[in-house]
Amino acid sequence: MTEIREGTGTATAGGLGGEDSTAPLLQVRNLVQEYTTRGPGGVKTGVVHAVSDVSFDLTSGETLGVVGETGSGKSTLARAIIQVERPKSGTVRFQGRELNGMKKRDITAVRANMQMVYQDPFGSLNPRWRIEDVVAEPLLGHTDMTRQQRSERVGELLDLVGLNPGTYRRGRPMELSGGQAQRVAIARAIALNPALVICDEAISSLDVLIQAQVLNLFEKLRAELGLAYLFIAHDLATVKQVSDRVAVMHLGQLAEIGPAEELYDSPRHPYTRALLDSVPVLDLETGVARRPVPLSGEPPSPLHPPSGCRFRTRCPRAEARCAEVEPKLTDAGNGHQVACHFPLDSTSAASAGSLRDAWRGPRPEAMPTI
Amino acid sequence: MTILGKTTIDAPSVAAGEPETVLTVEDLRVTFSRGGRLVHAVNGLSYRVRTGRILAIIGESGSGKSVSVRALMGLLPPSAFVTGSAKLGDTELIGRDERSMRRIRGDHVAMVFQDPARSLNPTMSAGAQVVEAIRTHRKTTRKEAADRAVELLKLVRLPAPERRFHEYPHQLSGGMRQRVLIAIALAADPEVLIADEATTALDVTTQAQIMELLVDLQERLGTAIIMISHDIGLAASYAHEVLVMYAGRAVEHAETTTLFGNVRMPYTQALLGAIPQLTTPAHALLAVVGGQPPDLSALGEGCAFRERCPRATEECAVQPSLEMHEPGHRYACWNPTGMGREES
Ligand SMILES: Nc1ncnc2c1ncn2[C@@H]1O[C@H](COP(=O)(O)OP(=O)(O)OP(=O)(O)O)[C@@H](O)[C@H]1O
Ligand SMILES: Nc1ncnc2c1ncn2[C@@H]1O[C@H](COP(=O)(O)OP(=O)(O)O)[C@@H](O)[C@H]1O
Ligand code: SF4
Ligand code: SF4
Ligand SMILES: [Mg+2]
Ligand SMILES: [Mg+2]
Repeated sequence: MTEIREGTGTATAGGLGGEDSTAPLLQVRNLVQEYTTRGPGGVKTGVVHAVSDVSFDLTSGETLGVVGETGSGKSTLARAIIQVERPKSGTVRFQGRELNGMKKRDITAVRANMQMVYQDPFGSLNPRWRIEDVVAEPLLGHTDMTRQQRSERVGELLDLVGLNPGTYRRGRPMELSGGQAQRVAIARAIALNPALVICDEAISSLDVLIQAQVLNLFEKLRAELGLAYLFIAHDLATVKQVSDRVAVMHLGQLAEIGPAEELYDSPRHPYTRALLDSVPVLDLETGVARRPVPLSGEPPSPLHPPSGCRFRTRCPRAEARCAEVEPKLTDAGNGHQVACHFPLDSTSAASAGSLRDAWRGPRPEAMPTI
Repeated sequence: MTILGKTTIDAPSVAAGEPETVLTVEDLRVTFSRGGRLVHAVNGLSYRVRTGRILAIIGESGSGKSVSVRALMGLLPPSAFVTGSAKLGDTELIGRDERSMRRIRGDHVAMVFQDPARSLNPTMSAGAQVVEAIRTHRKTTRKEAADRAVELLKLVRLPAPERRFHEYPHQLSGGMRQRVLIAIALAADPEVLIADEATTALDVTTQAQIMELLVDLQERLGTAIIMISHDIGLAASYAHEVLVMYAGRAVEHAETTTLFGNVRMPYTQALLGAIPQLTTPAHALLAVVGGQPPDLSALGEGCAFRERCPRATEECAVQPSLEMHEPGHRYACWNPTGMGREES
């Protein structure tokens, strides 16, 4: 079991040291988070089932991607894991220690090893501070480094995230572009050499060229520091790019979880299939794009999730049983688990072919030249 | 769909078979004065939009996509100085006063924005807002307008339109709100519909539904669509032609498959290299260009991309103009990529 490096005087000791290599870094079991909605006068009007009975493991140095529509509970899951909001029930074991129910002081110490990067880079940086102070702040609270040591570490961190320390350390967050500000937020998140970084839509607010830079940075930090990520994003292609495994959330539940390649090539849950079919895909060889195949219907309300399978109101495969019995996450082979009574066959070849066959774009002959 | 009482626009004669050009934009320029400096947001943009076709304008944020279409709509603040021409048929849109512009807006050109929540009035029911849009453009009775509003809500496939007519924006999902906005935009049967990042705030699932709706409406009503997006895959999937903007200029423009099958401009290439694909293997690094988009208040002489361009040479100190270098393929670059298939 890893000891929490509180006041050890060094921030460079690896977060993985002493870890039993077979035990997962993070073990989430039966996690539940619910919110009560209130009408005028504080009258209780309903319960939002934001996260319902979610379980998964994450090993050291691994990246688990989390995808799902808006409101599916991705951020709620992240907040419950890092204990910003205490979960209603369930367990969150991190480096062998149970976080749910742990005292606030101890949680603060755990955060040295579990950090979060948010969507809005500016929102998480105090605009009045100098960049060096923003990055150094965790060092102040968690280590007894001297001023000189902190300053050196800040220089190292800014270098690591691709910002020239000479140019940027004395600057203020508001002078930065979105991509630069996100780099500062990342520098701060990795200052204590955490074992796990939770990224909640960490690149969504950035422009594509800058997104690519930051994605490559995440990749570099993973390779160099052995970081594990819980990488939450709504963009399926981005998640595929960074993840070893991917979890698909639907209305507070895990619909499917498995190795990224396997899950994208051969999704077993109809919801995963629908998500993938909704993504426009451009074939760079031919310049031809596949037009998405839309799912019909509206996402159901988390206040009143459908009985049985929560996807059944939109599922093309739904049968009577789907309304009666809630499907449980079960093993589907190859480290792949799926929660569906009638899962899709595992047919990687066919689905890869359908990317091209499904093209229904404008016909070339119908298009005059410009 | 025919609408009575519509103010007419003089249409140029149409050669049979060819889609008719409804909008011709010529050398459009927009400059803002901001804090004593001039921000050159759009710098000589020209294109045509045809009936029943979709033109996608793509580029990074700040490249001038929104400003360029807002200029056509007369929706820019007084600090904007607009020159050039945008002709809807024979009617010039640039330099009109607000009153006559208001008639054209909605009647002939309509716009759907990114944020459906903020574009709708939170204190009015969805139906009332569609009715209002109809009555702004047509002299109709309240009853006729209400019937037509329900018809429009059906057209945009709002689930349970009769019930939703009475609901307020906060009671609708993001996708439903966007459908209501499209219904409002279509209220006066415009010739040109501009969708500025209309699906950016939506889930992929909802995005696919809304795009399918737009394409279907366009096929049925013959509307021309300008779709603005930073999502290349989306543009490639739905648009007939694509125009790539950088620093207020068109840098590449062709029919969709021509453009993406033969990318010439290094900036377009950079955009493509930077987007992860569903087929990209895990942990693959993306091809990136460094740097930031240029400061639009300090644009120099040469190609605006040259600070970041891996192919830049001395010639690039002179601005290349957008030329049709190959049939149907326009680009502005001294050292286009892929000419000898030297890179993939
Ligand atoms: N503090 C809260 N009070 C009430 N409901 C909440 C609260 N936080 C989240 N919810 C609800 O919980 C559900 C899950 O929300 P969450 O933010 O986790 O979704 P998400 O998957 O992160 O979505 P997005 O992709 O939009 O970020 C939603 O229905 C949301 O409205
Ligand atoms: N009202 C305004 N005043 C000054 N500058 C503006 C204004 N609106 C837009 N700009 C500037 O014009 C440029 C182009 O903006 P915009 O068209 O919104 O970009 P895009 O839609 O491509 O993201 C940006 O540099 C932006 O800051
Ligand atoms: S359990 Fe039934 S409704 Fe749910 S995804 Fe599977 S087939 Fe569809
Ligand atoms: S003109 Fe020069 S700098 Fe501009 S894109 Fe072409 S090669 Fe690059
Ligand atoms: Mg979220
Ligand atoms: Mg814009």
